[in-house]
Amino acid sequence: MIGSLDLSTLQAIWWLLVSVIGALFLFLQFVQGGQTLLLDVAKTEDEKTLIVNSLGVKWELTFTTLVLFGGAIFAAFPKLYATSFGGAYWVWIAILLTFVIQAVSYEYRKKPNNLLGQKGYEIFLFINGSVGVLLIGAAVGTFFTGANFELNEYNFVTWTHPLRGLEAAFNYFNISLGLFLVFNARVLGSLYLLNNIDFNSAPDLEKRLRQSTGMNFLIEFVFLLIVLVSLIFMSGYGVTEDGEIEIVAYKYARNLIANPINIILLLGGLGLVIWSVFITRFRSANHGIWFGGLGTILVGLTVFFLVGYNNSCIYPSLTHPQASLTIYNASSTHYTLTAMTYVAMIIPFVFAYIVYVWRAMDFKKLSLDDLKEKAY
Amino acid sequence: MVETIDIGMVNWSRALFALTAMYHWIFAPLTLGLSWIIAFYETIYYRTGDESWRKLTKFWMKLFGINFAIGVATGIILEFEFGTNWSNYSWMVGDIFGAPLAIEGIAAFFLESTFFAVMFFGWNRVSKRFHLVSTYMVAIGSNLSALWILVANAWMQYPVGMTFNPDTARFEMQDIMAVIFSPVAISKFTHTTSSSFLFASLFVVSVSSWYLLKQRHLKMAKRSILVASVFGLVASLYVVFTGDEAAFQDARHQPMKLAAFEAHYVGDSPSGLIAFGIMNPNKELRDDRNAFYLKVKFPRMLSLLAKRTFDGYVPGLEDLIYGNPNEGIMGAVQKMKRGKIAVASLADYKAAKLNDDILASKNALETFRAHEAYFGYGFFEQPEQALPSVGIMFYSFHIMAGLGFLFILIFILFIVFGFKDKLSQTGWLLKLGVPLFFLGFIAQEAGWLVAEVGRQPWAIQSMLPVSIARTNLDSGTVAATFFIFLGLFTILLIAEIKIMLTQIQHGPEEV
Repeated sequence: MIGSLDLSTLQAIWWLLVSVIGALFLFLQFVQGGQTLLLDVAKTEDEKTLIVNSLGVKWELTFTTLVLFGGAIFAAFPKLYATSFGGAYWVWIAILLTFVIQAVSYEYRKKPNNLLGQKGYEIFLFINGSVGVLLIGAAVGTFFTGANFELNEYNFVTWTHPLRGLEAAFNYFNISLGLFLVFNARVLGSLYLLNNIDFNSAPDLEKRLRQSTGMNFLIEFVFLLIVLVSLIFMSGYGVTEDGEIEIVAYKYARNLIANPINIILLLGGLGLVIWSVFITRFRSANHGIWFGGLGTILVGLTVFFLVGYNNSCIYPSLTHPQASLTIYNASSTHYTLTAMTYVAMIIPFVFAYIVYVWRAMDFKKLSLDDLKEKAY
Repeated sequence: MVETIDIGMVNWSRALFALTAMYHWIFAPLTLGLSWIIAFYETIYYRTGDESWRKLTKFWMKLFGINFAIGVATGIILEFEFGTNWSNYSWMVGDIFGAPLAIEGIAAFFLESTFFAVMFFGWNRVSKRFHLVSTYMVAIGSNLSALWILVANAWMQYPVGMTFNPDTARFEMQDIMAVIFSPVAISKFTHTTSSSFLFASLFVVSVSSWYLLKQRHLKMAKRSILVASVFGLVASLYVVFTGDEAAFQDARHQPMKLAAFEAHYVGDSPSGLIAFGIMNPNKELRDDRNAFYLKVKFPRMLSLLAKRTFDGYVPGLEDLIYGNPNEGIMGAVQKMKRGKIAVASLADYKAAKLNDDILASKNALETFRAHEAYFGYGFFEQPEQALPSVGIMFYSFHIMAGLGFLFILIFILFIVFGFKDKLSQTGWLLKLGVPLFFLGFIAQEAGWLVAEVGRQPWAIQSMLPVSIARTNLDSGTVAATFFIFLGLFTILLIAEIKIMLTQIQHGPEEV
């Protein structure tokens, strides 16, 4: 059945799957956002313990989604994987290092004789939540702003910028996208913790988390506006009917209105995020994470759809535009995409058991009493 | 295909990947094996309701968690290093190699990470049965993860189910079942996982022996040893069986690897297997020096291992490099000639396509197809480049195999004295037991060296040398990355060891 689909349909399906995984990763960054809250929102040791343990049962989900995001791009769009990771070398290495230090921090932070002390691992968590997310935003930003690379006749990448990827962090759009993600993650982190913790033993923490939700949203909103306004006025690379790549004025604004779904997703997503903050800040609601999370997923989908569909370039080359990547010239073969689509059919099952376990574990909110048995 | 190759950079890239993989391989096998042992302990608790088994389970789970965290940390780097440092490879084989990595994410990592949270934090939040199921899910998830990464690795050793597309200059998948069920993949998975079960059993025996020597936690230590020794013995017997199969597969698909780990310079029939040997480090191909200062051989056993007969001809390194027409063996010298024709005809084909010269492109393609089996050899300057490091291979293989047989004997001793309840009075065995974990670690790393150094100089056996597979970086960049990783991993390893030793010193809750 799937094998009878044409290649371009499969490529579109796989960009959709990559977009869904990427958007879910943006939602799950509530873990990273929560980690940064340790620095300014948690005031006592008990509050820190509650936050770390609340996030501690979820961090691997975010981590695994990042790994799957990389694996899906490797399998479905290997040229994008090879060009971006091999080309923008230092930015990806820096991102990876922030996730390496995160992976040990939950388990080692409170253990006796842990070499770096509790503070050392809390700094690691903060670096992952701030620098890691910022650089991910910058790296995703290059899907719009482009990068300095060329490909030879065998499609082997040569990078033409001496900073080897770190230059992405010096572009205002990329940085704005990165900072938007950092503060969005902090909003989501606050919303998640409000939903997950029993505040009877830490009433002040609840108050500060509500304040944090509002404050971080205001900062996030500034960067979101910069990103959106830039996107509307930005030129982008498009593919003509005869396969040539050319600069198109207002490319992403055109992409936005070319498909009403994009507009619905973007406005719906923004509305849900705003609603989640409103009910949390002014109505003392604790379930804002579900609106904020869904809103983030919808906005994330819009971002990936804008860059991938409507004959756009998913990775523009600034120095050699004809080398720019699209979902059509960067993908795996028909056979691989077909086989992988069959494999992807187990995703709903995976999603179902994650939801089941999440509900089983979170039916009772986390309190300090729970941490007597086992705690990070 | 590439204008210039910076060999220094290629070697730094290899060193970087080796560093990451060898660090990861300290922790990953322990995760693979310990997850099952913990599941067995918890099963006994579930069936008996005996609280002391619960505390025993939780103790080993705590050590498991400390190890698991750093295993995850080093694992993420491996996946992405294919992109950052081997980007030509990633593009050329992404169709085939990326698929198992993506399946690993979907089918294994989520299982592992979702139920890991229940295993550690769910004791008071879910039912006993659900908790036990979760512990098994972590074991199944981590071992499924090993399956998919080893399927990918096996394909590098024995590329099947694919074709080379000259238009895109890529290897493209044609048969995913052939990739998954390749005999090398099955052999790799069974050998690697069973050796990991063995390694984790050694860990439990080491720690428990130390407790018995110190007269602490006696009941828990004896129980832990009994379960781990039985599991370890079964695993170590299976390791011998799967190791034999792995060597047989090497003989069929990577004869250079087999000849290198036996330092088998000149082919012979019947061929003996070296039990012990000290190599002459000055030995070169085709010189008159003896390859060994000292050696002890099992007659005919190499023939049996490689050919499944007592008198089969086993080609030596010189046969494989220079050829042996009498035995019908084509050497790297002859393969290089054909490989260079394949590389040149591929370039001709692409040039002809660019010029829309249909006849020339058809002829070039026919020439390429006739020689493509030797494509990778076309990038060599000297046939000796096809030779992996014989010294590293020989010693790694013999240390691994020797330790493997020693472990069988030790597990039997622990089972015998354990079931007689005489472990506490057998100090010599306990003293032997404490360093077992370190011997297991040496065997694990040696095994990894045999598998991966033996693949050199290939990224994909016979098709793509590592010198072509790499990212176009300068050697300073890769060297800097190497030292950053070395520093970070070493700090984390020291932290892990300190935490682990402190937890072991502290011991389980008393029952």
